[in-house]
Amino acid sequence: MGTINPELLLAAVIVAATPILLAALGELVVERAGVLNLGVEGMMITGAICGFAVAVNSGSPALGFVAAAAGGAVLALLFALLTQVALANQVASGLALTLFGLGLSSLLGQGYQGIKPPPTPRLDLGPLSDIPFLGRVMFSHDLMVYLALGLVAAVWAMLKYTRAGLILRAVGENHDAAHALGYKVVRVRVLAILFGGACAGLGGAYISLVRVPQWTEGMTSGAGWIALALVVFASWKAGRVLLGAWLFGGVTVLQLNLQAAGFAIPVEFLSMSPYLITILVLVIMARDKSCAPASLGRIFHASQ
Amino acid sequence: MLRLEPRPQPSRLWTLTTPPLAVLITMIAGGALFAALGKDPVEAIATIFWQPLFGEFSFYYRPQLLIKAAPLILIAIGLSLGFRAGIWNIGAEGQYIIGALAGAGVALAFYPYESALIFPLMVLAGALGGWAWAMIPALLKLRFGTNEILVSLMLVYVAEQLLAAMALGLMKNPEGRGFPGSRNLRQYDSAHNAELIAGTGMHWGVAAALIAVILAYILLSRHSLGFHIRLAGQAPRAARFAGVHPGRLVVFCLGTAGALAGLAGMFEVAGPAGQVSIDFNVGYGFTAIIVAFLGRLHPVGIALAGLLMALTYIGGEMAQSTMGLPAAAIQLFQGMLLFFLLAVDLLTNYRIRLRQREVA
Repeated sequence: MGTINPELLLAAVIVAATPILLAALGELVVERAGVLNLGVEGMMITGAICGFAVAVNSGSPALGFVAAAAGGAVLALLFALLTQVALANQVASGLALTLFGLGLSSLLGQGYQGIKPPPTPRLDLGPLSDIPFLGRVMFSHDLMVYLALGLVAAVWAMLKYTRAGLILRAVGENHDAAHALGYKVVRVRVLAILFGGACAGLGGAYISLVRVPQWTEGMTSGAGWIALALVVFASWKAGRVLLGAWLFGGVTVLQLNLQAAGFAIPVEFLSMSPYLITILVLVIMARDKSCAPASLGRIFHASQ
Repeated sequence: MLRLEPRPQPSRLWTLTTPPLAVLITMIAGGALFAALGKDPVEAIATIFWQPLFGEFSFYYRPQLLIKAAPLILIAIGLSLGFRAGIWNIGAEGQYIIGALAGAGVALAFYPYESALIFPLMVLAGALGGWAWAMIPALLKLRFGTNEILVSLMLVYVAEQLLAAMALGLMKNPEGRGFPGSRNLRQYDSAHNAELIAGTGMHWGVAAALIAVILAYILLSRHSLGFHIRLAGQAPRAARFAGVHPGRLVVFCLGTAGALAGLAGMFEVAGPAGQVSIDFNVGYGFTAIIVAFLGRLHPVGIALAGLLMALTYIGGEMAQSTMGLPAAAIQLFQGMLLFFLLAVDLLTNYRIRLRQREVA
């Protein structure tokens, strides 16, 4: 146990939390608009390979992240077409998206195994990085970490203070009333779904470009589903998504460190822990259902 | 300008025609995909859908059809009950693994003792294992109101880790020279899920799948519980007034799905797979979701859809070896099928009408 360094551990937690933070934040916006997109895992893995492939071929991680967001959004567009235009069941469509994304990513990823992506540079924050302890933990990361944190604040402020946020919430709480008021329910939802897809794509690319950094098939291994659970955990509030992401990041990093330290528990049982903790968290948070958007998962059709 | 008009009832005609239509569209889109990969699309589609049945080596591939279809149908039948009632068990893959572990566990515990009772015991253990694994999301949903989608899915990852732990630890073959994986149950007569009729691929799992199809058909069309399942899915409020107990439905639907998935896993580990190994599960639990929807959640439809999906597995393997088509392309092909099915389902529930632009 003596080999675990708290500074490095906490810095690793922040890195491990970033992919699920991004994905969960996107899904939060989608769900606040009243749409349940279970395809997060599929969009993440598609983003992971799109980002990886573009970064490797162009040599630029930044371009990779842009491609990842685009890839995730394109996949999300399929979901939007299915659920908003073809009015298909959202649960089934989300599952379809995940199955499709897993297949697509392993097809796209052929020939990318065992390659190292170009390194994503650390952001130079000057004197901030030199603060003892805090500098190492908080101010020694790449741009995406800060982008994710900024996005938390932006989503929070957008939902709470802006007109656009109010419309989004209205659509999610009661789509019939929002429609009667003249808001374009379908348009708002499609935009939210696209945003969610882009965020999931970024999260996936963060795994393949920074966290691992490598491409292997099915490498997101349930991170998208954990992100979905995170939204429930956060009671659909942006600030609490951050808290939840750090918690899950903490569990992941801790179990990896315990594996590396050769702890007496078999590796497989340690690897289970993030999933078991997710179930535990779902059980604890399930009592509080009041915060869920009222129109979540319901199909909207202006029949009148 | 096109306009959608909800139908008062789902169209019967389109309910039956959308699955073949979706298959057709998938073939076209899949052909385009294969062409983009630089393969001859017509040859690829023919290799997947025609060669295994009527081609030169069909004597080898035809039995495979039943072997691959049996687990898909068994699992999909169970899932369809829940899907009809709006209970989303998507963790069948985990229940399948646990069923296999429980069944194999019984067999390995008795090894090398031979008795006719061992196989029935394994069947029981497999069903119980899958059932117990599915009871976790069911009971958590009942007691705490947790979302069964997320819990059942998380348990898939837990089950995969458990499988790895078993294959490398407790169930590892002591005479396996250190290689991971259990003893081969095919070499253990009492536990071997052998072919019932040699050369047909017909094993006990196929028989179980057939029985499950018939029982599910009777349940849904003749039994009050089946009526309650359908009612709860179509009109949850009306169902509550009619005295349907939602909790009981959750336990029944998840439990049945788990038991059937567990059975599928047990038959697989005792027969075609032969041993508990790290890569024992190949995603039947997820493909079965596509099978259930493609079969319109109807037992007979599921049987047909299961056979079709099994064909894409076998044909896919064939296309892989003869044409060098990547395995992932087949996976993508299966995913596309569900996509197109959900999209053309619009025609079942809505009418498309032409409309003149009206003055607002």
